[in-house]
Amino acid sequence: MIAVIDYGVGNLFSLKSSLSAIGQEAVVTRDQEELDRADHILLPGVGAFGDAVEKLRSTGMDRAVLRQAAAGKPLLGICLGMQLLFETSFEYGEHQGLGLISGQVRDIGTVLPSGLAIPHMGWNALHFPGERPRSPIFWALEEGTHVYFVHSFAGFDCKGQCTATTEYGAELTAAVQNGNVYGTQFHPEKSGAVGLTILKAFCELE
Amino acid sequence: MVTKRIIPCLDVRNGRVVKGVNFLDVQDVSDPVRLADYYSRSGADELVFYDITASVEGRKLFTDILTDVAASIFIPLTVGGGISRLEDFERVLSCGADKVSVNSGAIQTPELIDQAAKRYGDQCVVLSVDVKRVDGQFHVFRGGGRVDTGLDALEWIRQGVDRGAGEVVVNSIDTDGVKGGFDLELLQAVCRLVRVPVIASGGAGGIGDFVDLFRSVPDVSAGLAASIFHFGTVAIPDLKRELDRKGVLVRL
Repeated sequence: MIAVIDYGVGNLFSLKSSLSAIGQEAVVTRDQEELDRADHILLPGVGAFGDAVEKLRSTGMDRAVLRQAAAGKPLLGICLGMQLLFETSFEYGEHQGLGLISGQVRDIGTVLPSGLAIPHMGWNALHFPGERPRSPIFWALEEGTHVYFVHSFAGFDCKGQCTATTEYGAELTAAVQNGNVYGTQFHPEKSGAVGLTILKAFCELE
Repeated sequence: MVTKRIIPCLDVRNGRVVKGVNFLDVQDVSDPVRLADYYSRSGADELVFYDITASVEGRKLFTDILTDVAASIFIPLTVGGGISRLEDFERVLSCGADKVSVNSGAIQTPELIDQAAKRYGDQCVVLSVDVKRVDGQFHVFRGGGRVDTGLDALEWIRQGVDRGAGEVVVNSIDTDGVKGGFDLELLQAVCRLVRVPVIASGGAGGIGDFVDLFRSVPDVSAGLAASIFHFGTVAIPDLKRELDRKGVLVRL
């Protein structure tokens, strides 16, 4: 069973539908025992980092995520859910994240050449760094596969843990991994058949 | 680099897609779920559903349909039509829409943009603007393009983006339905003005018009069209192959 962490942020409709489309039973929950029972944990999120991390703390889901991650359970953060895994975010102030991935979350506007639209919205190609083994959730994908992004902030300085990048005037972090902790900046649940393949690979992780 | 998006727009009335749809390989051409699936398979990068229903019963049918579409199609869905209050955002987002497009509702209550952007994020709020030239000036029209608001279109778009719209759909009434190509002059002006993604709408008559659009206005993010896709004048795979051949970056 897959547990989708419920901390009052974002619209989980698509995520639930896509999990059901790949034949996975999913439960949206903030219940400790249900999280313990789940084989895989998804941390979704849209909106602003500060609000989200505040909600994560006030629901006690920050400690729950850390506990499940420490127990070695596969955990996948999506979009803002991925950014929450980082140490620090500089989105409207400075906020502390969960610290499961090293690096910071910063405004992409500071690194993009002027003239490019922000948010970075649309289908962009994934590039897999050659110097490290392919992350298991991307095993089935070809270099250059397109996935759907919507974001104005991104993870930086996570070099060793970056498993995919995308190019948008500058090289941006598209995915991260630290052991059993995974994150995608893009939305697999909005990336058509490719996205479902990624979710399936995650759900099949031992 | 991010690819240029091709977006079919489907008008829905009483739960069925209207405007003649003419495919040999789609049996029930007015079933929104089947059509969405068809477009998704043929490489549409996103879908826009426009609710043109006036009745309360029709609204309910629309959200039911939207729920079915969103549960079976895993590409971004934008919903527009009749969005005038924050509750309308909630209504369609809870049925699986990813973005909500506001037009007349935002002209009436510009604060709707601020409120929606604050609650759901900028990326969720699409400002759709119907524009027509009046005495050499771009004016905003409302009520499906029938009523001149007298508002300067460029000023209104800038205001909408300042208020938090994360994307702008620019529909040119002058070129819409004429099939003589997109309104390049207008689109050029809007792209110079705002930094959020700009979607071109109105005027596509064939593949060449999309090639012209992305070559002449390289900052435009997407091309939206309805009838040429529905009537089968342009098949999305052919369109994307041609754009690719002409050096326009697309998702194949």
